[in-house]
Amino acid sequence: MMTAPTCTLVVPVSAKKAKFRARLQNRRRDECRGIPRLFSGTTVKPPPSLPQAETKIELLDTKAFTDTELEEIRDQFPILTRKTASGAPLIFLDNAASTQRPYSVVEAMGECYGNYYANVHRGIHTLSEESTAAYENARKIIANYINAPSEREVVFTSGATASVNTVARTWGDANITSGDTILTTIVEHHANIVPWHQLAERTGCKVVFLPIKDDYTFDDSLIKDELERLQPKLFTFTAASNVLGTKTPVQQWTQWAKSNGATTLVDASQVAPHDPLNVQELGADFTVFGGHKMCGPTGIGVLHGREELLENMPGFLGGGGMIQKVTTEGFETADLPDKFEAGTPPIAEAIGLAAAAKFLQGFGLERIAAHEHRLCEIADHGLRAIEGVNVIGPDASQKGGIVSFDIPGVHAHDIAQELDYAGVAVRAGHHCTMPLHHWLKKTATTRASFYLYNTAEEANRLLEAVEQVKKKFMRTGRRRRRRNRE
Amino acid sequence: MASEQDIYEEHVLDHYEDPYHRGDLERASHSHEADNPLCGDHIQIDLRIDGDDKVAEAWFMGDGCVISQASASMLVETIEGKTTEEIRQFTADEMLELFGPKLTPNRQKCCLLPWRVLQSAIHSPVDEHPADDDSPDVHFGGPSLGEES
Repeated sequence: MMTAPTCTLVVPVSAKKAKFRARLQNRRRDECRGIPRLFSGTTVKPPPSLPQAETKIELLDTKAFTDTELEEIRDQFPILTRKTASGAPLIFLDNAASTQRPYSVVEAMGECYGNYYANVHRGIHTLSEESTAAYENARKIIANYINAPSEREVVFTSGATASVNTVARTWGDANITSGDTILTTIVEHHANIVPWHQLAERTGCKVVFLPIKDDYTFDDSLIKDELERLQPKLFTFTAASNVLGTKTPVQQWTQWAKSNGATTLVDASQVAPHDPLNVQELGADFTVFGGHKMCGPTGIGVLHGREELLENMPGFLGGGGMIQKVTTEGFETADLPDKFEAGTPPIAEAIGLAAAAKFLQGFGLERIAAHEHRLCEIADHGLRAIEGVNVIGPDASQKGGIVSFDIPGVHAHDIAQELDYAGVAVRAGHHCTMPLHHWLKKTATTRASFYLYNTAEEANRLLEAVEQVKKKFMRTGRRRRRRNRE
Repeated sequence: MASEQDIYEEHVLDHYEDPYHRGDLERASHSHEADNPLCGDHIQIDLRIDGDDKVAEAWFMGDGCVISQASASMLVETIEGKTTEEIRQFTADEMLELFGPKLTPNRQKCCLLPWRVLQSAIHSPVDEHPADDDSPDVHFGGPSLGEES
């Protein structure tokens, strides 16, 4: 048995650190005695060393978290107790860019590296067998998380961006020719735009962008009309805008696309971490999301595709693991999903992602969504009430946990800098959506995005801090000190 | 609460709200402009360089965050009367020193945008103004400007 598991990866602050280390040591002792590991004093159970897939998702009621529950959630995230450079307690509201990780995710990865790591699908030895079992079990857990009919439809990639590129380079190259149209929306993240521009460069196809209305929502009748008029080969769209927060009616749009013969790709990056995601119900041909926005590790993402489509697509990256057979003349591709996983896959990352999925399911995605929505309402209503602040996005009822805003006359980076001074971490800039910002005629916006561990108090602190920013940069008729020659 | 130095010191906000030589310079002999694609900051610097190779007049125009606009004001104020050789020798570190408050690498990019534009402007005579994008990139510390994607 390893005497020093890699859980030193976690760097919590003093008291938390001591508590955590003690907990780990106790667990190690217990494991030596054959006592199953259990965390005492919390309602959150980390996954066992080889997490088992759960066949049933427990659905809790849709009420937001109680204060006690919230405290228990926050206890799982050591980073939330730290301070920012100014010495202010951290209020992390940059979750749409990337979230933080709970102990269970870091521990699951630490256990993999510390206890049973080896390459998967290759070695005839104990560690490789154990790693392979854990990696494939992670796939089962993710299939369960998104209600995929089979884990053959779940491809692990390096992230949502890699997932979109995989589809563009395989399905796209095989099915799109000049004269074809790819329909998308103006709110997309660059990750769901550039791969299609690149496909257009290769094939000469057209990429058409659907606009939004002045209230930052979509005109459904226009979507329906454009699908009929343009007869696109592909309709690719986000399930929720990473800037506006606007949610799209995925099920409805995929149905309309289908009846017009279009293949569909849904970018679920801003939905998979926050809402129940049921790929069978949504009905898209491809669904993509990344791990790091849902408490999982970086370097891992998911491509879900309908089996029939994946079967008929050529492989993407060539290399080991994705082949059945290689000769000096050529190769045969492996079965699904290995066909799309060339090279050594992100093994510990997949195991960490599975732990994240179990962690979120433990609280219930409905409850997480309800909690974030409550925080979004506080921030959205509060910001709208501050004179001189514009909320860039629809009413809180139309979105999840994202609130973007601007203060005319104050640059987004100055806003973010001052908010950081107050401990509030937000994102400022174009958020990888330059076409959307061009459409909005804005160079940059500031975005606050909430997650399950944020509190109402933090949302209120954001509002106070924004008031302060406004005061700080208000023009007061100040004068620069004159030099002699002036 | 805060132990960190406030980067928006009084003299920075003074330059932002009451800048030195903000506007176009008519009969400029040299001029250059550039963007910081990360923030959307934009700076143009116009110079009138006289026969002694000295900057007789320097003006700036721009749009962007407090750091980029205030540093442009400080820079044009400082360089008047200096020779182009002196400007060439004016380093990025000296620019950061002139600005004052200590900046993180990301905000250094905002502060150094006017300095970068100036270094190109002294090589960009107005009558045979080369395309902006062809001017050689001046390298300085911190991550690259195009890092956000």
